[in-house]
Amino acid sequence: MSDTKNILLVGVGGQGIILVSKILTAGLMKAGYDVKMSEVHGMAQRGGSVTTQVRYGKKVYSPIIGMGQADILVSFEKMEAVRWIEYLKPEGVVVVNNYEIPSMPIASGKEKYPQGLIEALQSAFKTVVLDAGKAAEEIGNIKTQNIVLLGALVKALELDEIDWEEIIRETINPRLVDINIKAYNKGKEL
Amino acid sequence: MKQLMSGNEAIARGAYEAGVKVAAAYPGTPSTEILENIVDYKEHIYCEWSPNEKVAAEVAIGASIAGVRSICAMKHVGVNVAADPIFTYAYLGVNAGFVMITADDPSMHSSQNEQDNRYYAKFAKMAMVEPSDSQESKDFMAEALRISELFDTPVLFRVTTRICHSKGIVELGERTEVETKKYEKNINKFVATPAHAKIAHGTVEKRLKALEKYANRSPLNKVEYNENTKIGIVTASVAYQYAKEVFGDNASYLKLGFTYPLPMELIKDFVSKFETVYVVEELEPFMEEQMKAAGIKCIGKELIPNLYELNPDVVAKALLNKESEIKTLDAKVVARPPVLCPGCPHRGFFYTMSRKKDTVVTGDIGCYTLGGMAPLSALDTCICMGAGFSAGMGMAKAFEVSGSDKKVFGVVGDSTFFHSGITGAIDIVYNKGKMVPVVLDNRITGMTGHQENPGTGKTLMGQDAVQIDPVDVLKAIGYKTVKVVDPCDLKAMNETVEEASNSKEAYAIVTKRPCVLIKGLSPFKTKCRVVKEKCKKCKMCLKVGCPAVFFKDGTSYIDQSMCVGCEVCMQVCKFDAIEKVGE
Repeated sequence: MSDTKNILLVGVGGQGIILVSKILTAGLMKAGYDVKMSEVHGMAQRGGSVTTQVRYGKKVYSPIIGMGQADILVSFEKMEAVRWIEYLKPEGVVVVNNYEIPSMPIASGKEKYPQGLIEALQSAFKTVVLDAGKAAEEIGNIKTQNIVLLGALVKALELDEIDWEEIIRETINPRLVDINIKAYNKGKEL
Repeated sequence: MKQLMSGNEAIARGAYEAGVKVAAAYPGTPSTEILENIVDYKEHIYCEWSPNEKVAAEVAIGASIAGVRSICAMKHVGVNVAADPIFTYAYLGVNAGFVMITADDPSMHSSQNEQDNRYYAKFAKMAMVEPSDSQESKDFMAEALRISELFDTPVLFRVTTRICHSKGIVELGERTEVETKKYEKNINKFVATPAHAKIAHGTVEKRLKALEKYANRSPLNKVEYNENTKIGIVTASVAYQYAKEVFGDNASYLKLGFTYPLPMELIKDFVSKFETVYVVEELEPFMEEQMKAAGIKCIGKELIPNLYELNPDVVAKALLNKESEIKTLDAKVVARPPVLCPGCPHRGFFYTMSRKKDTVVTGDIGCYTLGGMAPLSALDTCICMGAGFSAGMGMAKAFEVSGSDKKVFGVVGDSTFFHSGITGAIDIVYNKGKMVPVVLDNRITGMTGHQENPGTGKTLMGQDAVQIDPVDVLKAIGYKTVKVVDPCDLKAMNETVEEASNSKEAYAIVTKRPCVLIKGLSPFKTKCRVVKEKCKKCKMCLKVGCPAVFFKDGTSYIDQSMCVGCEVCMQVCKFDAIEKVGE
């Protein structure tokens, strides 16, 4: 698998995962890497499980990875981190947003949202836990929590040679650029 | 210029660069974004959402006969719908280049089966190309159109979800204008009568031989030798990328981009150099079967599964018995099935039906398939587009002849009504089906991400168009009563269903309420909220299956960031514990 790095982003439809992978791939491409990205959005417009995979290196063949291959797993929702954990390398890093979105069996009272997920992750993997929702609310827009997570991801991957603020400026609606740059920097601090 | 593009974007770009002038499609995952990107080139390419895949194929066929390069695009099961014209066009041959794009969905990320459409090329006796990444998705289009014109054949352009929805770096080119071919009336060629078809079949068999010769020297088929390798791999499509990832320089590759007819001479020459030959292909043993029939010794589906999509891990495990190290966690997770959105107009209808006894609801493909998910569970069947009506008709007749008094309600969405629901609706009224057809009209093609359809009054190219109302169509074909109802008005919805159940005459229902995700709808000003003191914890509100409504710490809650104020939960609450806020 040579020098290729594998990033797995997971979460729930509507959380802005696709936008993060768009910014990520644009930055990596600008930095001269070969990049491949693959997304699966499931059936529902909203509410389903969403995953995207980003791979970068000198030369990337496969757009997707199998289990035990991700260098980093960034989960926008707590339970999703555990759902996809088997895709992470044993020595990989999991960045998890401490945020719960109940799925339908939970919402309808059939099941309970599982407890102790963060502890389980921490006991087995190098885990970065952050409260991107709270951070985004502090900045003034809950919808920027995806960009907070981008900041945390950039920090964990040590991808500092790329000018991410510029990429955000080029990708995001001009009206929302400033608040998203704030979110990005917040994510780097957390 | 280099750009990061999905396979679908690259296919659209390829069609633009290759001088295509007409493109038609019906939306379907994973093919939808092809036409959504073609529209960026609308100065050069006429493009349309056709009512269904058969129409799309026929529009592109007509354009090809008239002399301009054309393409049509659809998901794998869409090709089933379009199979009739394509099989005959394969006999007739083209005038200007014609390419049909089939987007297959191994692993059924968003489909009802994982059929391998490569067999269509063999079945219809037409040429086939298969790109393995975004760059090839663009580049192969020009060659596919050239092949079509050179060999007088339709070309099947076969891609899969991982080609369509994966992005890679693409080097762009310029558009080459292709001169329109002269249209000359040619009855012998383009009028498929038995007499002409008999001659055409002979021509087609000769064409296959010529295509095989071409395949052996096609620039789309490449040999990659690596020194001192004992393993030779014959592969195509995205499976090539997986093989490269797993074997790297430790094997040599015959990477096929032109995969029907197969370049058997080239394959024989390649395999003769290796001790072990693997055929790495996704889904069925399409290449392997033909190679084995030609007497070639190779290993394929003995080791590689024909179920679901491949990935590097699956290939490594199958061929090298190598597995990545995995660390598992002892933690429980709860499933996250897709759900109808908060405020979805379908919810009111399916909630109403979920309360009915001795009632069967036949549905089909669209957001409304989710009416079958718990807790609503209000769907009995889902087969294919249009079957919501016609399979319902069959069930109603079966109940009738067997003396059952079960009531049948058949549902289709507005886009599906235009796709293939109208014929079923005609069957019901004409052949006196004792069932009620229901059109769930939400003013958009929802599941695939909001494409225009004949009910929306806009075309793909952004022009205003006639807005066809399912109500008018149903009346015109003979339904005495066509009841229009707001599905989120539960009282009216229930009364309508009861009235329809008891009607002795042909009765159809059209529910009307727009999808809440349609851009440009006036903003939702109200929300629903649980009044804690009044909540009796009966959990009735949870039965509507809304993601915004949940039960926590002994009471019901409504997530205020998700609620759009459709009031379905409010109407279900017997204790007035849900109130409207905002105005």
